[in-house]
Amino acid sequence: MSADPALARARRRRRVEAALPWLVTLAAFLLWEGGVRILGVAEFILPAPSAVALSIQKWWWPILENAGQTLFTTVLGFLLAVAFGLALGVAIGSSTLLYRGLYPLLIAFNSVPKVAVVPVLVIWFGIGTWPAVITAFLISFFPIVVNVATGIATVEPELKDVLRALGAKQTDIIRKVGLPRAMPYFFASLKVAITTAFVGSIIAETVAANAGIGHLMIVASSRFDVPLVFAGLVVTGVMGVLMYAVAAAIERRTTGWAMRGQDGTGLAVGG
Amino acid sequence: MPPPPFVQVEQVSMRYGGLEGTLALQAADLAVARGEFVAVVGPSGCGKSTLMRLVTGLWPATAGRVTVDGRPVSGPVAIAGMAFQNPTLLPWRSILDNVMLPLEVVEPHRRQLRRERARYEAEARELLAQVGLAGFEQKYPWQLSGGMQQRASLCRALIHRPALLMLDEPFGALDIFTREDLWAVLQEVWMARRPTVILVTHDLREAAYLADRVLVMSARPGRIIAEREVGFQRPRRLEDTYAPEFQALVHELRDHIAAAREEGPDAARREAADVR
Repeated sequence: MSADPALARARRRRRVEAALPWLVTLAAFLLWEGGVRILGVAEFILPAPSAVALSIQKWWWPILENAGQTLFTTVLGFLLAVAFGLALGVAIGSSTLLYRGLYPLLIAFNSVPKVAVVPVLVIWFGIGTWPAVITAFLISFFPIVVNVATGIATVEPELKDVLRALGAKQTDIIRKVGLPRAMPYFFASLKVAITTAFVGSIIAETVAANAGIGHLMIVASSRFDVPLVFAGLVVTGVMGVLMYAVAAAIERRTTGWAMRGQDGTGLAVGG
Repeated sequence: MPPPPFVQVEQVSMRYGGLEGTLALQAADLAVARGEFVAVVGPSGCGKSTLMRLVTGLWPATAGRVTVDGRPVSGPVAIAGMAFQNPTLLPWRSILDNVMLPLEVVEPHRRQLRRERARYEAEARELLAQVGLAGFEQKYPWQLSGGMQQRASLCRALIHRPALLMLDEPFGALDIFTREDLWAVLQEVWMARRPTVILVTHDLREAAYLADRVLVMSARPGRIIAEREVGFQRPRRLEDTYAPEFQALVHELRDHIAAAREEGPDAARREAADVR
């Protein structure tokens, strides 16, 4: 019904963009399925997506139960990382002394493979939920700290001058400028952090847990139930995408100003 | 006896980076009366902006004394409105909220803002209208052109009716037509409110058009080497800048600057390292 062909074209393009992720995913699964069938790969080496789907259908309740456990430990660890990372990021970003003092230690800490920490956590907290929560926390707080600190530390010096000449205190500058300015960095880091939090949880579950997707996969692989192992991987991937989507949605709502120009609202007015 | 100057800078020196560092200002003297509009011009890198930051107390001087309103400056003066070449508006705030930012910081407005928001908002809208931004209150800075952003930045510097207005090349990045528009806007606002203004610029026409008095700084280390009263009637019109007396004044300032550039011992290095 549109009289304007350019408008219709733009609408078509948007529809294609919305459908594209689904199409690509579908194509990937089809390629996988076809490849496995044509090459005749054994199921215990690489199961076809159809076998994985059957396995999901067969084991849906244990998968759901364990996925719930993983989601719980991941989100809890992630929330701890958000709270801690935000606080530490603000502190480091607004104080050169803290930055200089703490940064090397943080880098060193982040360089330690978290797998190596899990046994220590088991000694401290025993096997179960806590090592997974803490590993998720440890692995995901670093990008949050770095991004928030960067956002706050890179406030334009002239803007600081404007505020200081008005008698603004350091806390005023952080509240009015530093924090809002750090928000796009913060949300960008959340998207990284939520996915790494899954990595942390599942690493811990594969080493020391009696529940969770990681635990499920270890049990399945010890029984050579490779389709179930892959079912665990797929479920983890789906959860990761969903959590990412949540973080991205919050980001769009709160810091739309930082993504101007991508949605056509950033048109300049002449003058 | 004349009233004491509102801003007084006595024998102030500023050196960056320790004892061996760059000497940006040397024994500079400056006095600005209350309500006066002073422009500071000089070759690039002569320490004009350093002078601004010393007067507002953003940086401590290495030697000498700065007083504002009779009180020695030892920290940020907490009264000054500032505007820079870069508009530095906050992209997450509307133009109106950007302009009202100082009210959230400066006392007593800070305390009253919540209660008397409507009154303050009306004031901000009026100021925006005065600089030609009526109707753009709810736009975001990035939706406006550079010239319009700079107008908003001026409003932000003026909203809390500061006794002292510090302008550091505020029109430096604008095209000549926009710049001339904003000269008229600034003159109008200044005549209505009469803050004490120190304008740092390298545009001699701008200095001559706007200021009551133009100070010429030497090459680094900077100090005031010449001073020229500008007697033209206000409000000045753009046509006046083409009058012979005006042109003569600009030429005279130009000669001072040329002399200042030549006398500098480290002219080449100065070009290379333009410290603020």
